[in-house]
Amino acid sequence: MPAAPATPETRIPGRIELFFGYLKIGLLGFGGVAAWARHVLVEERRWLTEREYAEILGLGQVLPGPNVGNAAVMIGRRFHGLQGALLATAGIYAAPLCILIGLCLLYDRYGQLPQVAPAMEGIAAAAAGMVIGTAFKMTGRLKLEPEALLVLALATLGAAVLRLPLPLIVLVLAPVSIACALRRARQAGEAPSGARTR
Amino acid sequence: MSLLLQLLLSFAVLSLVAIGGANAVLPEMHRQVVELHGWLDDATFSQLYALAQAAPGPNILVASVMGWRIAGGPGMAVATFGMLAPAAALAWGMAGLVHRLRGAPWLKPAQAGLVPVAIGLILAAGITMAQAAHSHGVLMLLIVAASALFVWRTDRSPLWVLAGGGILGALLL
Repeated sequence: MPAAPATPETRIPGRIELFFGYLKIGLLGFGGVAAWARHVLVEERRWLTEREYAEILGLGQVLPGPNVGNAAVMIGRRFHGLQGALLATAGIYAAPLCILIGLCLLYDRYGQLPQVAPAMEGIAAAAAGMVIGTAFKMTGRLKLEPEALLVLALATLGAAVLRLPLPLIVLVLAPVSIACALRRARQAGEAPSGARTR
Repeated sequence: MSLLLQLLLSFAVLSLVAIGGANAVLPEMHRQVVELHGWLDDATFSQLYALAQAAPGPNILVASVMGWRIAGGPGMAVATFGMLAPAAALAWGMAGLVHRLRGAPWLKPAQAGLVPVAIGLILAAGITMAQAAHSHGVLMLLIVAASALFVWRTDRSPLWVLAGGGILGALLL
């Protein structure tokens, strides 16, 4: 991955930038960390293209652990090796851990958390919309093939409506989707990326 | 075996089966922490899960909160490390593998095949969150819809809709 040609519109972050970028993602990532990560990495800082981020997130999804956490390791490694992986990982978990320690102290002291304010309910609703909007935006920009859209819909159906276990969804849909993409690539002849070339 | 070592091992095993993140591994976490080891009771387990949701960041940090409750600060450190390190090591190895295979003609299509799965699961997470928001009233669904449109159709920072949602919630709920 490190050798992926830098497209003109992306740039390579320094080590400090990498840490602070991920610090922001961790701090703001209420409910939808993947959505915030995409906003910061693709739109705000332009370290990755839409497709690069989606592919790394896809890999992070099939591995155990949080997809954005796995993506942080891979993106950090891509830019600055072991140091980068450690910096990105430290960045994404630092703020949430500090906030959690504060919440744990409150919990220890009072036995329960203070009632969640109505403002928090409004923020949670907006975060839900942010996550949905991010999925639409990525879908639109990546120009997915029809069979990829079907896989996307099935994954959504399985997880949100049927409430199937995520490992089951990933283990069934990922091989099918990869097979479709490989077949599409073979049909396209020399074209290296099935989803991009038409 | 000391408590801390047991915690470390339990969460390290959970880390390696957590495909899909924290929610995927929650039933197994419950089995380990409540049923097998009796570290927490049912009610505390649910409360701690809710507490972890109140913080930003990947919700895998529910492990940190459980570690805290079971064995204080050292418990939190050990549970967090156990939950994060094995998965991170695998991700590191996978990044190396992808780098080594980068010339292979099948690699790009294979990676592209994972993209719709990842996006579909993001959409599912958003819908699940919207269902939870809906339990607080129809107004919440309007906020969800407005926020989705804003993020989808503009490139402005999502902070605007989060702030707007917070203000509307405070005024109208």
